[in-house]
Amino acid sequence: MDFDLSEEQRMLKESVDRLLEDRYSFEQRKTYTQAPDGWSRELWQQYADLGLLGVPFSQDHGGFGGGPVETMILMEAFGKALVLEPYFATVILFGGALKTAGSEAQQAALLPKITEGKLLGAFAHSERDARYDLADVKTTAKKDASVEGGWVLDGEKTVVIHGDCADKLVVSARVSGGQRDKDGLALFLVDAKAPGVTRKAYPTQDSLRAADITLKGVKVAAGDVLGEPGKAYEAIERIAQSAIQALSAEAVGGMQEMLDITVEYLKTRQQFGVPIGSFQALQHRAVDMLVATEQARSMAMFASMMVDEKDAVERAKAISAAKVHIGKSGRYVGQQSIQLHGGIGMTLEYKVGHYFIRSTMIEILFGDTDHHLASLAKAGGLIPAGTTA
Amino acid sequence: MDLRFTPEEVAFRAEVRTFFESNLPADIRRKQMLGQRLAKEDIVNWQRILNKKGWACPLWPVEYGGTGWDAVRYFIFKEESYRAYAPDALSHNITQSGPVICAYGTPEQKEFFLPKLRNMDIWMCQGFSEPGSGSDLASLKTRAVREGDHYIINGQKLWTTNGHRADWMYGLVRTSTDGKKQAGISYLLIDMASPGVQVRPVVTLDNDHHTNETFFNNVKVPVKNLIGDENKGWTIAKFALGNERAGIAKVGLSKARLALVKALAQRVEVDGKPLGESSRFREKMALIETELKALEITNMMVVAGMKKGGPKQDPRTSVLKLKGSELQQATTELMMEVAGPHAMAHQHAFLEARNDDTVGPDWAGTASPNYYFNRAVSIFGGSSEIQHNIVAKAVLGL
Repeated sequence: MDFDLSEEQRMLKESVDRLLEDRYSFEQRKTYTQAPDGWSRELWQQYADLGLLGVPFSQDHGGFGGGPVETMILMEAFGKALVLEPYFATVILFGGALKTAGSEAQQAALLPKITEGKLLGAFAHSERDARYDLADVKTTAKKDASVEGGWVLDGEKTVVIHGDCADKLVVSARVSGGQRDKDGLALFLVDAKAPGVTRKAYPTQDSLRAADITLKGVKVAAGDVLGEPGKAYEAIERIAQSAIQALSAEAVGGMQEMLDITVEYLKTRQQFGVPIGSFQALQHRAVDMLVATEQARSMAMFASMMVDEKDAVERAKAISAAKVHIGKSGRYVGQQSIQLHGGIGMTLEYKVGHYFIRSTMIEILFGDTDHHLASLAKAGGLIPAGTTA
Repeated sequence: MDLRFTPEEVAFRAEVRTFFESNLPADIRRKQMLGQRLAKEDIVNWQRILNKKGWACPLWPVEYGGTGWDAVRYFIFKEESYRAYAPDALSHNITQSGPVICAYGTPEQKEFFLPKLRNMDIWMCQGFSEPGSGSDLASLKTRAVREGDHYIINGQKLWTTNGHRADWMYGLVRTSTDGKKQAGISYLLIDMASPGVQVRPVVTLDNDHHTNETFFNNVKVPVKNLIGDENKGWTIAKFALGNERAGIAKVGLSKARLALVKALAQRVEVDGKPLGESSRFREKMALIETELKALEITNMMVVAGMKKGGPKQDPRTSVLKLKGSELQQATTELMMEVAGPHAMAHQHAFLEARNDDTVGPDWAGTASPNYYFNRAVSIFGGSSEIQHNIVAKAVLGL
């Protein structure tokens, strides 16, 4: 048992921390939001130059060969800086889909391009009525009569994170079965500019971008099917679990920042002739924020430890438990960071509210607290029933 | 970063588990599972089994009977202990006065007390709190006036848990009223059989007699029973506080209790279905389980840091105390909810294991008193509010 970082991991952390410290002040970030994509293409290239875009990919595919811990290090740093670039969409979701379901040839063709910063991707999965049910897919995939092994996709995807700027999409569709069946799902690689793909782009609450994507008679070649058609549910679940692992770490980075900003404010803001941090009511609230943040950090570690667990039931329970805890503590830390600031916490001109908003979005992404609490409870919880006297 | 235990630690866990399984007396195990009170001889009996094995006082220096385990092994030992439903060692002997005497005692004090403390040949009780000195402990007033080779003690202590069972008290007394209130306190060992010591029971919410108030009326205590220097008692008492931090959260205890709740919830029916199948109850348990898992990992981080000789002021230690007591309380609350109406009958003889004649199922017979009694865990040893004050000051710099 060793919670220390290896030499390589420490270097990774130092390089990302240094870059973000130089380039991601609150003011600098504001200028990036004004770029056409809502993020900085120039910084994206810097991430590529530092090797950050290949962190989870194998060295055979030009990556860093990192595991969940390396992802945790990066995402925590991104959470601290409120990074806008589409790392989550491209590397974690799109890259994750390729890693999970793609063939060796598909991975060899695309992962190096992601690593070099030349390919942006998105995961076009969720649909309007699906809420958090990963199996709820109405988009259809039918055999294309005109091309051997080809498919035709029809349907609508919603709130596809960074679907606006993606070059390629991984699209889930149903080849058979009913709307919520786990059987009958498939994943397809689709060029975002392919005929029949239309995108409606919009900003999200947390200053990121997303798109609703309509697929109308979109043709997919046989070579662009990821995995075995009809059997994609497990892969989708794995992609979502990796996403939650990454989001947990990002959330912890944000919580730590909210705590630090708030404590700093308590020390400097004067009312009644004294720093407001001298008031016990506020001190105790700040301590509870610390407790929640530390506990959340432990759960982000737990998610990192369990995301590659072979036992599917244990893995799913662990990831749900992490999402529950992150959601609950993120909400607490976020709300208190606003409350303890008072009025200034309410303005977009001040940074703490931006963390609160991102934290709120993280709670929703890939299943909210109630959703995962219900899943965990249904699966029997983390502790097996004991024997009795 | 590797979150797994080493192969040696895994083997150690197996060794501890086997030992507990084959050596914990069945009647003690049963009482523990049923939440019944242990008799004095149960605690003595178990401690002597551990002492024979060499595990009586793991954290003491090896020369005085300690095991030399690092914090990770101690954590594993405690986890397995709770898993087996073994009783905690008497903290007053093993984690409080024992380590203090090891660190500050004279050769004569060590020779007299340490072997007896670890074998439970003598029982210690604590004389710290007073009616007017709870959270503000340093304001204590019980006076010790030196007269030749003796101190003459006058005053009153409160919350002397096990005072009625104890042979000795480790107490804080005021030896000076000059300067800061902390600077006039001495750490003294007091023979409970001394003339002028009077112990009066204080019955707690579980209707049981754990604790007492203790009066001192011109009690003569030999000066040789002073630990460390006169007026240095405050520092000495604080030394003992950090001792137990590897085990302070009692994660293993809460886990074992939740596992029990889960099993028992299958035996109670609601609308013709086991309570354990109700999604509302399952979610309630699951939420506590996520908190417990987080605390378990926090605890592992703390002990891994201790093993590496990390900083003594780890902010996560206070998380362990705060969350640990919250979760001990949460699990006793759940147990009472499972018991339902059976929690209403007052079954004191069963609580004390004097009979088996319960109104409802036996496991429900202790649920409410244990729920009441566990309200104390966020009060003693520095209340949760005091913990908040400490973290605000020492960690957040407020």
